Amino acid sequence: MLMNGAEAIITSLRKEGVKVVFGYPGGAVLTLYDAVYQMEFPHILTRHEQGAVHAADGYARSTGEVGVVFATSGPGATNLVTGIATAYIDSIPMVCITGQVGNPYIGKDSFQEADIVGITTPITKHNYLVKRVEDLPRVLKEAFYIARTGRPGPVVIDIAKDVFAAKIDYSYPETVSLKGYRGENPGKEAEIEQVITALEQAKKPLLFIGGGVTLSGTANEIRRIIARTDIPVVSSLMGLGCVPGDDSHFLGMVGMHGSYAANIAMTEADLVIGIGVRFDDRVTGKLDVFAPKAKIAHFEVDPAEIGKNVPVDYQVKGDLGWSLSRFADSLEAEEFAFAEIYSGWLAQVRALNQDKPFSYVKRENIIAGPQIVETVSKMLGKDDIVATDVGQHQMWAAQFYNAREPRKFITSGGQGTMGYGLPAAIGAKLANPDKQVVLFTGDGSIMMNCQEFATAADNDIRVKVVVLHNHVLGMVTQWQRAFYGERYSNTILKGKTDLVKLAEAMGVKGYRVSEPEKLQAVLQEAFDYEGPALVDVMIPEDDDVLPMVAPGEPLDNMMLGGNDK
Amino acid sequence: MKKYLLAVLVDNKPGVLTHVSGLISRRAFNIESISAGYTEEADVTRINIVVSVDSDHELNQVMTQLGKLIDVIKIVNLSEVDSIGRELVLIKVHATKDNRADIINVVNIFRAKIVDVSPENVVIELTGEESKIDALCEVLSEYEIIEIARTGAIALSRGPVPVKHM
Repeated sequence: MLMNGAEAIITSLRKEGVKVVFGYPGGAVLTLYDAVYQMEFPHILTRHEQGAVHAADGYARSTGEVGVVFATSGPGATNLVTGIATAYIDSIPMVCITGQVGNPYIGKDSFQEADIVGITTPITKHNYLVKRVEDLPRVLKEAFYIARTGRPGPVVIDIAKDVFAAKIDYSYPETVSLKGYRGENPGKEAEIEQVITALEQAKKPLLFIGGGVTLSGTANEIRRIIARTDIPVVSSLMGLGCVPGDDSHFLGMVGMHGSYAANIAMTEADLVIGIGVRFDDRVTGKLDVFAPKAKIAHFEVDPAEIGKNVPVDYQVKGDLGWSLSRFADSLEAEEFAFAEIYSGWLAQVRALNQDKPFSYVKRENIIAGPQIVETVSKMLGKDDIVATDVGQHQMWAAQFYNAREPRKFITSGGQGTMGYGLPAAIGAKLANPDKQVVLFTGDGSIMMNCQEFATAADNDIRVKVVVLHNHVLGMVTQWQRAFYGERYSNTILKGKTDLVKLAEAMGVKGYRVSEPEKLQAVLQEAFDYEGPALVDVMIPEDDDVLPMVAPGEPLDNMMLGGNDK
Repeated sequence: MKKYLLAVLVDNKPGVLTHVSGLISRRAFNIESISAGYTEEADVTRINIVVSVDSDHELNQVMTQLGKLIDVIKIVNLSEVDSIGRELVLIKVHATKDNRADIINVVNIFRAKIVDVSPENVVIELTGEESKIDALCEVLSEYEIIEIARTGAIALSRGPVPVKHM
């Protein structure tokens, strides 16, 4: 069928099952946006390209589908960079289509020209510059395939302006042919057998799950493994929800702000089975004494992750969908009495968790940050979604929110991108209109993409924004308090900004609360309000996120807080 | 530090060298030399990388991280198999009437070639293993070296099996 490049893109998006695009128009993508208009493709206009890319990310995290972004050349494309890096490090499937200046102008420092392929090479799974319209269908097919298979990730397709208008006799390829890439990665049965043998010899095994479990949709396999063996479980930030937060085997998040029980379990375990994790520095603490008594097993799709940070004794390469279903099958078929042998260990770590759970000090007439999370946690159902920004509120959300299903806790893990939360929540809400989507944010983070209140209001995307408002950049002040002699350099927010008025000015309903006894009622009113809403909750400026393992310290060296100080 | 010569087969497409060099700099790998050229297959380019690493773990990271690039088809560590490595060097040396004969003598001992002569200089060409080229440069450093251009090492395995089938 004869069509132009722009129409070929929209037609290809339909074939890939894309339901909505997030973007922002401009000179180089005028023809593309004309096709969006004429072909009536669903498109959400954000108020900044960074809003578009985070919204596509939130959409992808909450659904598992590929998030799609349009942006123009030059500054339009470079405004995507933070969002692409955020998606890349958390392995989020995404396709970003950027306009480039026309073929004759490439390399001439033309108006709104930037080498976005060069710029995004280190933060994309793959990227393309398309200079010929004949290449478009193949490149689109490959891009979606690469983005969603294996270890997912963002793909950038940069398209010269004249390609959008050039005519093509369109046909979409059925398959991809890539010599250097396989989307499916089955592993070796023998590698799974090794881990089962190791489990039979272990006395204190520990499952350590991460974002790979969420991404591969294998939470159910993890639950089968736990049910069969009674192994205790800890999670990285990215794995929260894969095992219900209130499951009796679950010890909470591990690492810098992990639970006492999770960090002690990691220190005491004799076999740590890492599943879809990167052994990131926020998790391991001091590397050479990480899990000092344990053999390490690692289930992982990306071979480069195995042994990258922590030496591994047993590796199980391949898609988790492949390996974990076989692992669970084999364990269920074994007659070995796992549960009996591990029962003492499970009781020991459970007792630690009951003795020193995440806790905080309640002060009279003052709302504590964690209290807000606890309150919201009780108000939401297991299929509702929580998103976060980055900072203290994010860690409190990770500690105190009871995420019960995967893809229900949406947060920027690897990059820790402030300003991620509001657009990500918008993307998640758009994908899940029947679910409550609540954003926890801070008075620092929210300002970084607050222009997206307008996107929520104009499109009636009913996100509920809960600001933990402490008038400081809380996490930085916490470090300044702990390590920099309380010298609060550039972290005090004067508090002249009225967030309720700001939200209202953009068409978002605003509420404010500072009395503990009114907190739940105000939250309820905002949640029930038929439209996007913001609740500005006043909290003290000097609360710390605890426990905390100082950087470079071993995991069992925790500063404790709450009732355990 | 140990050196390894990696043969990396990649798609012959625009942007591939950006991807490879971008990865090397991002992961802070130590690269001694890198060279690229066409192969027996029109759509495949061969990149020859000499990498300098502290440990097997680091070597493994170089290979697995490079292997993740979509346009990398195959990586073989030729230092681990029986192989022949060669490098080409061109050296421009200041040569006067007085020392030209000495320089020609050195060139002959190394079985190198003089490929250009002017009243003030000679250009010497040598192909060989890296150590031999280092040795020639060392000896010529007694004279006035004006300029050196080296290709970096390339290698093929011995026997009939090509890298793509290893």
